Amino acid sequence: MKCRVCREPAVIDLRRHNANFCIEHFLRLCRDQVAKAIAEHDMFAPEDRILIAVSGGKDSLALWDILLDMGYQVDGLYIGLGIGEYSEQSVTYVEKFVESRDVNLRIIDLPTEYGYDIPSGSRAAKRTPCSACGLSKRHLFDQAATEGGYDVVVTGHNLDDEAAVLLGNTLRWQSDYLGRQKPVLPAGHGFPRKVKPLVRLGEREMAAYCVLTGIDYIVDECPKAVGNKHLGYKEVLNLLEAQSPGSKHDFYAGFLARAVDRFASAEDETIDDRPALRPCTACGAPCSSEVCAFCRLVERATQDVPVKLGPTAKKEPTSL
Amino acid sequence: MKVELRNPNRTLEFKGTMSVVALLNRLELNRESVLVIRDGTLVPGDAMLAHEDHIEIRSVISGGNS
Repeated sequence: MKCRVCREPAVIDLRRHNANFCIEHFLRLCRDQVAKAIAEHDMFAPEDRILIAVSGGKDSLALWDILLDMGYQVDGLYIGLGIGEYSEQSVTYVEKFVESRDVNLRIIDLPTEYGYDIPSGSRAAKRTPCSACGLSKRHLFDQAATEGGYDVVVTGHNLDDEAAVLLGNTLRWQSDYLGRQKPVLPAGHGFPRKVKPLVRLGEREMAAYCVLTGIDYIVDECPKAVGNKHLGYKEVLNLLEAQSPGSKHDFYAGFLARAVDRFASAEDETIDDRPALRPCTACGAPCSSEVCAFCRLVERATQDVPVKLGPTAKKEPTSL
Repeated sequence: MKVELRNPNRTLEFKGTMSVVALLNRLELNRESVLVIRDGTLVPGDAMLAHEDHIEIRSVISGGNS
């Protein structure tokens, strides 16, 4: 296999581009795709202060590397989730990257600073671990961006992530979620601007970027995510992709080009009907009730009260 | 050749030479979901793997969903 650009030996074949690339031209492709996404969706300007949410995984570390190479000012934020060995390992990859690139990193450790971890928080709040994790991360990213005076929060959501979320939302016709599924979430109501510069790159490309640039990342999957629906959607989409390369891109890009605004207008109409946002009485974050969902989760997770179990229903004998 | 896989971690051994695509087909793995790594760098689908090669097959799928 030869590189499509220079005809030197290729290291990766990208079937959706019907092309192969050498190291140099593959890395250039990744940077070009990020630059295109930033320009196409007007994500941020060169003078903006950027806060990147990093996990120790391939996507966020690769994106941080690319943005730094492009000359942007990007600080990192890592949330320690308290998921045993997985969290202990993931932070070491972030710290190693920070040392190699001499950049700023803030670490917020949930067990140390808030007195709970994701496993206990999810049990106490009766949420799935992924739901408790997402709620905690969103709140802390928003808070850190606002307190730090950042112009924008960037996350490492890639094409596969967005296509999988789109599939899940479409299967249930969740019009409110569909209307918000854009690469840019504007600032407003006290929330910072959030953007996803990796929407033109798949996760195979991001893993390849890390291997080829020598970025070490946590390869093992989060033990709390194993077997979740999101991973199932990705598996299904990759089966389609193998049969018909380009399907994931066409699905997501077609949605952005031809469908999202139809759902967005439906979403806009419902915004006025929602109760006005006001500051959370505990932390001051904008929310629609007296206490925000994050503070309620912290309160439940740190209460020293055992979970009450109801009486077990007696099973009636069944006959075949 | 020795082939390392993860989740669960295991090492498989194969005799002779074969292409990357043939190895993935034999393991029933989707090319879209993995990278094949030899000596710290990537090898494309048509590359031939030798008997003495040490290969890592790395899944690229990750992520929870909130």
